[in-house]
Amino acid sequence: MNRREGEGGSRRNADAAQDREASAQSSSPVIAAFKVFQQELDTKHDKHERLVKISRDVTIESKRTIFLLHRVTSVPNAEDILNEAELKLDAVRQKIGQIAEELRGEDIFQFHRAFTGGIQEYVEAASFLHYIRHRSLISLEEINARLVFMKSEKEDSEGLSGGLSGGLGGLSGGQVLTFQVSVGNGDIDTPFQLSQFLRQIHDGFSYIGNTGPYEVSKKLHVLRQSLGKVEDACYALRVRGSEIPKHMLADVFSSRTTHMEPEEGVV
Amino acid sequence: MSVTEMFSHIQGFLSADQDIREDIRKVVQMLEQTAREILTVLQSVHQPSGFKEIPSKCARARELFCTVRTTIADLKTKFPMEQYYRFHEHWRFVLQRLVFLATFVVYLETEALVIREEVAKILGIEVVREKGFHLDVEDYLAGVLIMASELSRLAVNSVTSGDYTRPLRISNFINELDSGFRLLNLKNDPLRKRYDGLKYDVKKIEEVVYDLSIRGLTKEAETTGGDK
Repeated sequence: MNRREGEGGSRRNADAAQDREASAQSSSPVIAAFKVFQQELDTKHDKHERLVKISRDVTIESKRTIFLLHRVTSVPNAEDILNEAELKLDAVRQKIGQIAEELRGEDIFQFHRAFTGGIQEYVEAASFLHYIRHRSLISLEEINARLVFMKSEKEDSEGLSGGLSGGLGGLSGGQVLTFQVSVGNGDIDTPFQLSQFLRQIHDGFSYIGNTGPYEVSKKLHVLRQSLGKVEDACYALRVRGSEIPKHMLADVFSSRTTHMEPEEGVV
Repeated sequence: MSVTEMFSHIQGFLSADQDIREDIRKVVQMLEQTAREILTVLQSVHQPSGFKEIPSKCARARELFCTVRTTIADLKTKFPMEQYYRFHEHWRFVLQRLVFLATFVVYLETEALVIREEVAKILGIEVVREKGFHLDVEDYLAGVLIMASELSRLAVNSVTSGDYTRPLRISNFINELDSGFRLLNLKNDPLRKRYDGLKYDVKKIEEVVYDLSIRGLTKEAETTGGDK
């Protein structure tokens, strides 16, 4: 459509557009309704953003705690590290408390994607710490017990279950790393203990199969690979452990495995 | 609790979850069936013969919405109401379609945009989350956008059917809708993507109006007092 050039034409068009705009905005019920929608959507998006920010902090601090815990085997005083880790996790729990506050009165599933990554990382860190202290798997009840804020519990166990499975998948990745580190240090007993633990977790996940959320199936696949490598390494230790000088054990291990990074939290 | 016990517990929970979803899926299928029936009824307004029968089509559609209300009442019983968003994905698609259909019916009846509360009433659901199974604002808006596409098609077919005035009214309606949507601060989500399609609807309708006006067809309709 051609617009007439020239002052008169363009002024007329501009006025017409303004008039349309003005009349639309002043009297229309449609526009009034959309203004309400704008507020509703803005409120929801803002909350989502706040949750994402807190969740990111939770993820970062949890990851740092995990790296800290990996140093346990290479340092004389493990207790110091464990206490430091506990303090860090307390700070993380504070942050999770903020998430709980944001979610008060809301349907948590509406914002699930915003915070699930952080929660999974926290679960990984908390269960890793628990394992180092107690050589056992932390339970859902124990995790929830530390996460009760004020009087209302943030997430019922069902919401957390998905996070727990995700976090556990991450945990097993971290376990494999510990396994390598302990072998590298010439500690022969820990690998077998660890593989036993890993096997339990793997069998548990196999039992669940793919009835769980999609992320769990992905982690199960990785877990299966990790477990295979760990079992191969145990075999190598058993067969050749007595013959090989300790410092070469680490080489045997690394020739059979690739370095496993702790799992990233899945968004 | 041993590892095995814990996974057993988790498995039990996941199993129960799957059962609920299976129940929900069955009911949603029924909803989808009814939605298709309503759509079939309303589609016919695009044909020349269907044009005259708009009032009866709308009445028929309203009857079918009774069935929708009953089915949704059943759906509400399948899961705890505080977990609406946990299962929301199962019915999101069909709910948006139902919003579109309700909005379309009201447009055909009144040539106005139905408000969210009215749509919720047609579907037999709430508007506010705390009160129960509710119509999320984003689902309502998505349904409205689907209707906008349907209207651009209707504008074209109105002309073909000989109604030269309807496109102009549709054009005003869509432009107002567009103004409304431009007030929203949309994030990069499915609603935003759907909204991006609105400009093509706007353009298509503008072209129809343009085609009519340069040929003087709109004036002709006015002078003959044409009101079809």
